[in-house]
Amino acid sequence: MLPGVGSACLTVGLLTALYAAGASAYGAVTGRRVWVTSGRRAIYCLAALCVAAFAILESAFLRSDFSYALVAEGSSTDTPAFYKVTAVWATQDGSLLLWATLLSLFASAVLFLTRRTLRDIAPWATAVLACVAGFFLLLMVGWENPFDTLAVVPQEGAGLNPLLRHPAMMIHPPMLYTGYVGFSIPFAFAIGALVARRPGADWIRATRRFALIAWTFLGTGILLGALWSYSELGWGGYWAWDPVENASLMPWLVGTAFLHSMMVQEKRGMLKVWNVSLICATFTLALLGTFLVRSGILDSIHAFGASTIGVQMLVFIACVIALSAGLILARLPDLRSEARLDSLLSREAFFLLNNLVLVALCLVVLWGTFFPLISEALTGTEETVGPPWFNRIVTPLALVLVLLTGIGPVLAWRRVTPGRLVRILAVPGAVTLSVLVAMLAFTEAANSGTSLVMFAFVAFVLAVVAQEFVRGASARRVMTSESWPRALVRLAGRNRRRYGGYLVHAGIAVLILGVAASSAFIEQRDVRLSPGERIRIDDYEVTYRQATARLGGDGGGTGAPISLGAVLDVRRGDQAFTLHPSRNYYSTSDPSKGAISRFFEGEATSEVDVRWGLRRDLWLAVRPDLVSLEEPIARADRQFGESPGQVQAFVIRTLAELYRDDPPPAAFRAIVSPLVAWIWIGGAIAVLGALVAVWPSPEARLRRVRSLYAARVGRELTRA
Amino acid sequence: MEYAVALIVLAAVIAVVVTRPLRGGDRAERKDQTRVEELLAAKEAKYREIRDAELDHRMGKVSREDWRAVDRDLRGEAIEILRELDRLEGRTPS
Amino acid sequence: MNPARKRKLRLAVALGAAVSLAAVLVYTSFSASSEAAKPSELREGRSYDLTGKVVKDSIARRGDELRFEIRDRDGTASVPVVYTGVVPDPFREGREVIVSGELTRGTFVAERDSLVTKCPSKFTEDKSS
Repeated sequence: MLPGVGSACLTVGLLTALYAAGASAYGAVTGRRVWVTSGRRAIYCLAALCVAAFAILESAFLRSDFSYALVAEGSSTDTPAFYKVTAVWATQDGSLLLWATLLSLFASAVLFLTRRTLRDIAPWATAVLACVAGFFLLLMVGWENPFDTLAVVPQEGAGLNPLLRHPAMMIHPPMLYTGYVGFSIPFAFAIGALVARRPGADWIRATRRFALIAWTFLGTGILLGALWSYSELGWGGYWAWDPVENASLMPWLVGTAFLHSMMVQEKRGMLKVWNVSLICATFTLALLGTFLVRSGILDSIHAFGASTIGVQMLVFIACVIALSAGLILARLPDLRSEARLDSLLSREAFFLLNNLVLVALCLVVLWGTFFPLISEALTGTEETVGPPWFNRIVTPLALVLVLLTGIGPVLAWRRVTPGRLVRILAVPGAVTLSVLVAMLAFTEAANSGTSLVMFAFVAFVLAVVAQEFVRGASARRVMTSESWPRALVRLAGRNRRRYGGYLVHAGIAVLILGVAASSAFIEQRDVRLSPGERIRIDDYEVTYRQATARLGGDGGGTGAPISLGAVLDVRRGDQAFTLHPSRNYYSTSDPSKGAISRFFEGEATSEVDVRWGLRRDLWLAVRPDLVSLEEPIARADRQFGESPGQVQAFVIRTLAELYRDDPPPAAFRAIVSPLVAWIWIGGAIAVLGALVAVWPSPEARLRRVRSLYAARVGRELTRA
Repeated sequence: MEYAVALIVLAAVIAVVVTRPLRGGDRAERKDQTRVEELLAAKEAKYREIRDAELDHRMGKVSREDWRAVDRDLRGEAIEILRELDRLEGRTPS
Repeated sequence: MNPARKRKLRLAVALGAAVSLAAVLVYTSFSASSEAAKPSELREGRSYDLTGKVVKDSIARRGDELRFEIRDRDGTASVPVVYTGVVPDPFREGREVIVSGELTRGTFVAERDSLVTKCPSKFTEDKSS
């Protein structure tokens, strides 16, 4: 019953989106407000339709209703409830629906908030948002309908790919999508501002919070992906410059640039062309990010059509680029700057510099990611560049960026005289030098010159931020004689954007500290151990105590059938603890495999064990060697191939215990990474800062509300 | 066929919701009201700028003369906004 | 220096920096890249990133060493591979993989830890296995 309703929601949604676009545009052109209002209501309806469709789909997953093709493909009765809910967006169709739902919800929010302002711009923004939403609905209605049903309802579903059964991996897509979708709001208003010839700061002020929220979600999504990669995948890293990772990083880099240049336009009316181009680029990259993950385009050009929606997305992206470029060029005269750059020692200049570095970083990542296509086009052979190349080029740019992050907060708008600048930088400079000396004297940081410089720059940033807080609070105390804590809180409270931003800078600096330390000073060992043997890594002494075997239910809640692993005792100084890495073996439904061996030959995931620490992490993964089980498994296939389920389960238990009691040497990978935890901590600080910056200040709102009431009183008095 | 039924029902409901403004007729458009909102937002932004500039000066980044010049400009711009606000609100005769 | 000249100078510097960055990108990427090849395109004597599908029933583990065969995605040419190092979780027969190394006497000797498995779709099981 319900799949039909869900499908109808999508079709009606598509029609509604088309109507919204048409009505808003008509209302904008003719100036008849009722059509604009109608278009806005259509967006609200669209949001309701998408939410309804999403709810129907979720309920199907939760009920394990395998008449839905999507549920049969991506879930199973033994998938835990949490992963049933999140399996929706693990599929292509489901993730398209999530995109459309998030977009229509965000669009509704922004249109509601701006319903009385931006009369000229909002209708065009509505039309743009409606078109984007319409595109995603079109993809679903035409090609990838989540509500397709199966004529023959299977008993059991294929199940969620075990690699994805990790909490971080399930929150990661919605976070990324919220980020991508969030950036479509400023994009739509930028286009609206261009069309309506109102390129002033109004559209920026209205969408500033959306841009910041989008940036935060996108960044968090990227970090969660890195965290998942680090704690789940068997190679023990958090970033591999994989095309899919790069696809989400590029819009984030350009989005960061946009957040800064946005401020320059707001304060000084400069960089209008740059700004508008930047947000168009951010949105295009966000679409590209969605597209890259879903198509096979970067694996090989020949896989271009591998995804059923690859061509359509490419066409859409091309249209977006063409529209943006055309509009910007056509409105170039309107986008003239209102002011000029007075001095290089100013906030504007340094924001521009930071923008250039960020855009350069994005271009580097873009070049490296698309290099296979580029090289094939230019030289005829497909070549790839790997992490070493990326790291080599990105590192100097990152160094410059961190340095700028430290100098930026110290500057003021328009101009700071050199003398003053030197005086202000004196204390942070001194702190930086002392940190540098301390590192040279007390640590081995000098072994890596780049890291040493990076650490110094990070110390510089933190010192600058601390100084800003202290000097700001002391300036307040001169006027208000408050206590220190109160002054600090009131300072941040009254200047949320600025001090929230400083916190973000501090968080990012800490994050980069973690990245630098863990990349330069990482220690990795790959060994084969039998029970009783031990290795030394860094200061740790790791002993392989014994093997483990567990069936049907490992601790991670993934519903895995067979789990073979190891118990390792670790000692460091007077610290002692145990680690339990393991490997989960899921069954395959491949008919060519024997009845027993299919339990060992399906997907296998590494369940890594990490000892988290503030100064260093010890990370361990195990890969059991099943060679000694090959014979017994083959025999079991022959003997018990036709036996009932309970007998087979018993046989498998016996085989697992066979491994546990007499395991051949297993392959272990041990990694000690210093300061990795600070990557996540830095990220959290940055998110906190973003929250402060985004939080509306009560005084402004109060003033505005009072003014509105006063105006109403005035009007009503005259009518009486 | 639930699909067809749902299609018609949903389309009808949405058509009603969406055309309500069109049937309600052009309510006297308070052009002034939206302009007032915009001006209020601009006023808030200008106040923030003035505060920021003062904070910069108090923290020693900007010299007194530089600050005075900037402050004067910003306050002038704020006064313009307030003037236009008064004009719009005072349009209804008192 | 008057403001107009200052601006032109800044623009020139910025453009110069952009051009140098582009030059660095192009030069380093082309010299650091490794060529991707299918089994049918392999030639002895230089290193490649070999891409292709793992042949069914060809996987064998002997201690540290992993041996398997890779064949062209749409073809029959295949080459045996000898590999040591970490094996990614999605590695199975029928999957598409990339591994770096050199063809030596008919066997592709892989670089340590260079094996990458491409999931056909990142989020669903391989239905073609």
